[in-house]
Amino acid sequence: MTRARHDYDDIPGTFVFDAERSRQGYGINMFCMSLMKDENRKAFKANEAEYLKKFKLTPEQTDAVLKRDYNRMLELGGNIYFTAKLGATDGHSFRHLAATMTGSTQEDYADMMLKGGRSVEGNRSRSGRGAVGSVLGEQGKPKGAKKAVKAKGKSARSKAGKSKSAKPKSKAKRR
Amino acid sequence: MARIIAGVASSHVPAIGAAIDNKQTEEPYWKRVFSGFEKSKEWMAEAKPDVAIVVYNDHASAFSVEFVPTFALGCAAEFPPADEGWGPRPVPVVKGHPELAAHIAQSVILDEFDLTIVNKMEVDHGLTVPMNLLFGSPKEWPCPVIPLAVNVVLYPPPTGHRCFMLGRAIRKAVESYPEDLNVVIFGTGGMSHQISGPRAGLINKKFDTAFLDNLTKDPKKLTRIRHLEYMREAGAEGIEMVMWLIMRGALDDKVDEVYRFYTVPASNTAVGHIILENRKRAKGKAGKVKRAAARAVSLVRRSK
Repeated sequence: MTRARHDYDDIPGTFVFDAERSRQGYGINMFCMSLMKDENRKAFKANEAEYLKKFKLTPEQTDAVLKRDYNRMLELGGNIYFTAKLGATDGHSFRHLAATMTGSTQEDYADMMLKGGRSVEGNRSRSGRGAVGSVLGEQGKPKGAKKAVKAKGKSARSKAGKSKSAKPKSKAKRR
Repeated sequence: MARIIAGVASSHVPAIGAAIDNKQTEEPYWKRVFSGFEKSKEWMAEAKPDVAIVVYNDHASAFSVEFVPTFALGCAAEFPPADEGWGPRPVPVVKGHPELAAHIAQSVILDEFDLTIVNKMEVDHGLTVPMNLLFGSPKEWPCPVIPLAVNVVLYPPPTGHRCFMLGRAIRKAVESYPEDLNVVIFGTGGMSHQISGPRAGLINKKFDTAFLDNLTKDPKKLTRIRHLEYMREAGAEGIEMVMWLIMRGALDDKVDEVYRFYTVPASNTAVGHIILENRKRAKGKAGKVKRAAARAVSLVRRSK
C-alpha cells in the first residue's frame, strides 16, 4: 500500500512520525525500547542480526538498522526518540545523530548550530507554497510589515498573501 | 482556596541535564545557557510554591509505542527518575501531590477533558531538566509535583487550542480545591528545533520571539497556529511548544512578564524561557462578586 498524502509531506527533509509510520515501525521502535536494558544492549552488540530477529522487522528495516541508516529508519516508521536509544548504545548523543542525518560532518554541524542553526529560509516547503495560512510565520505579519520581501520569492508570497487575507476574517468570527 | 500564582516555560533539552550531571555547567558553552536561569532560581526561591504542576512530554521512557496517552496526569505519591539508557539521572525522586492530582483529574474529566490517570510512572529529562533549571540541584525537591505528560511524539499531538482550554480547566480545578495552596505551573519543551531527518538543526529565532511576545500579550493568537506551521517554522520537534499553551491557559488573561531568556543553541535546540505572573486579584467583596458572576456566565454557556 502506498503512503497516504499529507500536508506535512511538503516540509523538506522531514519524516513525520504519524499513525501510519507508527504502525509500520512498531518493530523498530520496540527493538529500540529493548535497548534501555543493559543485558539487551550486550546481547544486541554480540550478534546484531540474530538479536533483531525477535522483533519481526522487514528486510528493509533490518538492513537500515544494521547499516545505521537513521534517515531510512525514520522513513520506515522509526521515531527519533526511539532510534536515539540505538545511537546511545553505540555511544552517540542526539547531536551526533542529528549531524549524521543531515549528511554533514560533526564539526560542520556543531559550527552551524553555534552560528544560530539551520535557517528556515529556503527550508519551509518543497512546493514553494510555503507559509500559507501561517499565524506567526512570514505570512502572519500584519499588512505593511513585509517591507523586506525579496524579489525572488515575490510571486509565491503575494499569491499566498491573497488567500491569507480572506482567511483570518472568517476565523476571527468563529472564535 | 488553592490558586495558580505564576507560569514558567522552559526548554527541557536532555544535554542540559547531562551537563548538570557531568558538572560541565561552568564550561563557556554551558555557562551561556545556565547563566540565563540564575534570576529564575532567585524568583522561584522567593515564590516558594506549595505545589508545581509540570506539563512535559515523555521521550519513550515511561510510554513506548505500546500505548500513547494524549494527556496523562500523574496521581502517584512519587515518581522515580527513569533510566533513559545510561542509568537514571542522579536527581531526587519527585514527590507527587496525590490529593490535588485526583481533584484535578476529577474536575477536568467532568469538564470533558478525558485524561489518562497514571498511578505508577517514571519521569525522564522532560520533567527533571526544567526542575533543575528553576530549583537548582537540591537533595530533595522543595515542593510536591504533579506531572502532566502530553503526547507530542506521535503525530498528531493535541492542538494548541485544546491545550489552552485544558489549561483553563486546570485553573478552574485548582481554584476549587479547598486547601490554601500556591501553585506554579510549568510548560516545558521547545523552542524551535528539529532533531530528525536531513533538515535537523533548524532554528527559527523570529518564530520563537513572536511566540514569546504573544504568549504574554495575545495567547489566543497562538492557539490558532496549526501543527503544519509549528513543524514547518519551528521544526518537526518544535511542535512540543503546544505544551506551553496549557501553562498559559491556566493563567489569567492578563499577566505580567517578569523574566525572559533566549539563547541558541543547547545541543540542537533553541532554549527559551519565560516567567509569567498572575496579577494580584481584587480581594474582598467586589472580587468575590465579580468571580461569582463570571462563573455564572460560564455555567450558562456550558449548559447551552
